[in-house]
Amino acid sequence: MPISSLTGTRLRERRLALGLRQSEVASSAGISASYLNLIEHNRRRIGADLLAALAAALGAVPAELAEGAEGGLVDDLRAAAATAEALGGTSPAAAARAELDRVDEFAGRFPGWAGVVARLSRHGAGLERAVETLNDRLSHDPHLAASIHEVLSALSAVRSTAAILAETEDIEPEWRERFHRNLHHDSERMAAGAEALVAWLDGNPAAAETGMATPLDELETWLAGRGWSLPELEGGDPAPLRAEVAHLATGAARALAGAWLDRALRDAVALPMARLDGLLTDEPPDPLLIARACDVPVDLVFRRLALVPGRGWGLVVCDGSGTPVFRRPADGFALPRFGSACPLWPLYAALGHPGRAVLAEVAVAGRPSRRYRVLAHAMASHPQGFGGVELREAAMLVIPLVPAALSAAPPAAAAPPPLVVGPTCRICPKGACPARREPSVVATP
Amino acid sequence: MAHVVLVEDEPNIAEAIRFILSRDGCTVTALSDGMGGIEQLRSLGPDLVILDLMLPGISGLELLAAIRADRGLRGVPVMMLTAKGQGRDREAALQAGVNHFMTKPFSNTEMLAAVRGLVARRGAG
Repeated sequence: MPISSLTGTRLRERRLALGLRQSEVASSAGISASYLNLIEHNRRRIGADLLAALAAALGAVPAELAEGAEGGLVDDLRAAAATAEALGGTSPAAAARAELDRVDEFAGRFPGWAGVVARLSRHGAGLERAVETLNDRLSHDPHLAASIHEVLSALSAVRSTAAILAETEDIEPEWRERFHRNLHHDSERMAAGAEALVAWLDGNPAAAETGMATPLDELETWLAGRGWSLPELEGGDPAPLRAEVAHLATGAARALAGAWLDRALRDAVALPMARLDGLLTDEPPDPLLIARACDVPVDLVFRRLALVPGRGWGLVVCDGSGTPVFRRPADGFALPRFGSACPLWPLYAALGHPGRAVLAEVAVAGRPSRRYRVLAHAMASHPQGFGGVELREAAMLVIPLVPAALSAAPPAAAAPPPLVVGPTCRICPKGACPARREPSVVATP
Repeated sequence: MAHVVLVEDEPNIAEAIRFILSRDGCTVTALSDGMGGIEQLRSLGPDLVILDLMLPGISGLELLAAIRADRGLRGVPVMMLTAKGQGRDREAALQAGVNHFMTKPFSNTEMLAAVRGLVARRGAG
């Protein structure tokens, strides 16, 4: 019969439940009250004979007192100690070893804390496995390997062929023609390979499986899957939307999407799409004028404009720390999934000045031909009243502009140059940038 | 005139390599796979073999092992074309006796210099 390290705790619980004193039970079992006290606090181990005597004194079967779920807890604590030992380290905290000889006492006296340590240890082990899984996928994923191989092969062919064309002065016309054809073919292969890579990185199923996708990613994926179209918001039955939210992968995403849906429903009541649609013309919309005309808050107008069907207007909403809390990408205007965004975004200019309307014509670094009309606005709120904290939320509407070459409007004379922004410093191709906070992997120095 | 056997399944890479090596005075025989096996290689009598690592059917590594095991071919220098990220395979090729690695994408100048060096060493040996 295994005698658990927490038998003392169960002895004590049993005795107290029966309303017996330590001295009475100790006397029946033939030991002193002080010794029983040590046993009850898991400070003394207990042999099978003494356990039998105590069980008899308490009217219990020894096995009931000896076995329990806590055994698993002690095992978990031992595993946590072994993990900490294996991690090593040189700090004083790392050098201090767990008192394994007192693990029973720890689990018995502080079961709550012991449970926390065990849970955190299990959680850490789970995260480690997730990292290993991702690492393994990156190393061995056949689709990723095939995509990279395809891109590198096409790139090799392009590099060699282009060099031949550039460096061989007396190349025969038929060879030149053949190499031009090869270049065209390989550039198309490269583009297809790059697209396959991007698709893999964007839709990597490993992210959902391992919990590496953020709740915001899940919300965005859900809305993108619907084409950012939610006709059920307009006075219809929101039950289908709620059912879809209930099927998101993680609880955090379900909570986030639920809160987003509640607000979207309130927004739709305050400014129905039919009314908003009537105010939209061929010109880019002005959220401030729409807010005044409809007597609704301007941030609500930003949110509603992002859901106007068929327009493709992007929206980023951030909190006071600048962290995006909602993203709807506009075509060609990349929004970073990880880390902070470009500090030059008008969103941040607005965030620093609640109530101020910020308007800019923006170009994206590396894609100068695309232009966007970007409108940003921030609001401050005090949900706890005058004595509470100030919260800020900024919104940035990104409206793709029709290329000048396709526009019917006459070109503006001496138009100011656009504000050139990027997605985030790490992947921004803009060379010299006064706002750069870290080197880019793609910028030309 | 050195005879180079190139085993590369990417036709446009093979064509580019064949062009630059031919212009440098080599005779180049291009094969799109190694299915002809060691017999075919032996019959071609190469001064240098350039092998792509990832080939359909028989891999570059398998061909390399066969070359090193063949009495008539084991002294022939072998250049292996690899892509970045194939570190483990490179290690295996090194152990199997490869003479030179060329990482894709490579420059033509690099390729020419490596081929000249390997052929010269073969001639000197």
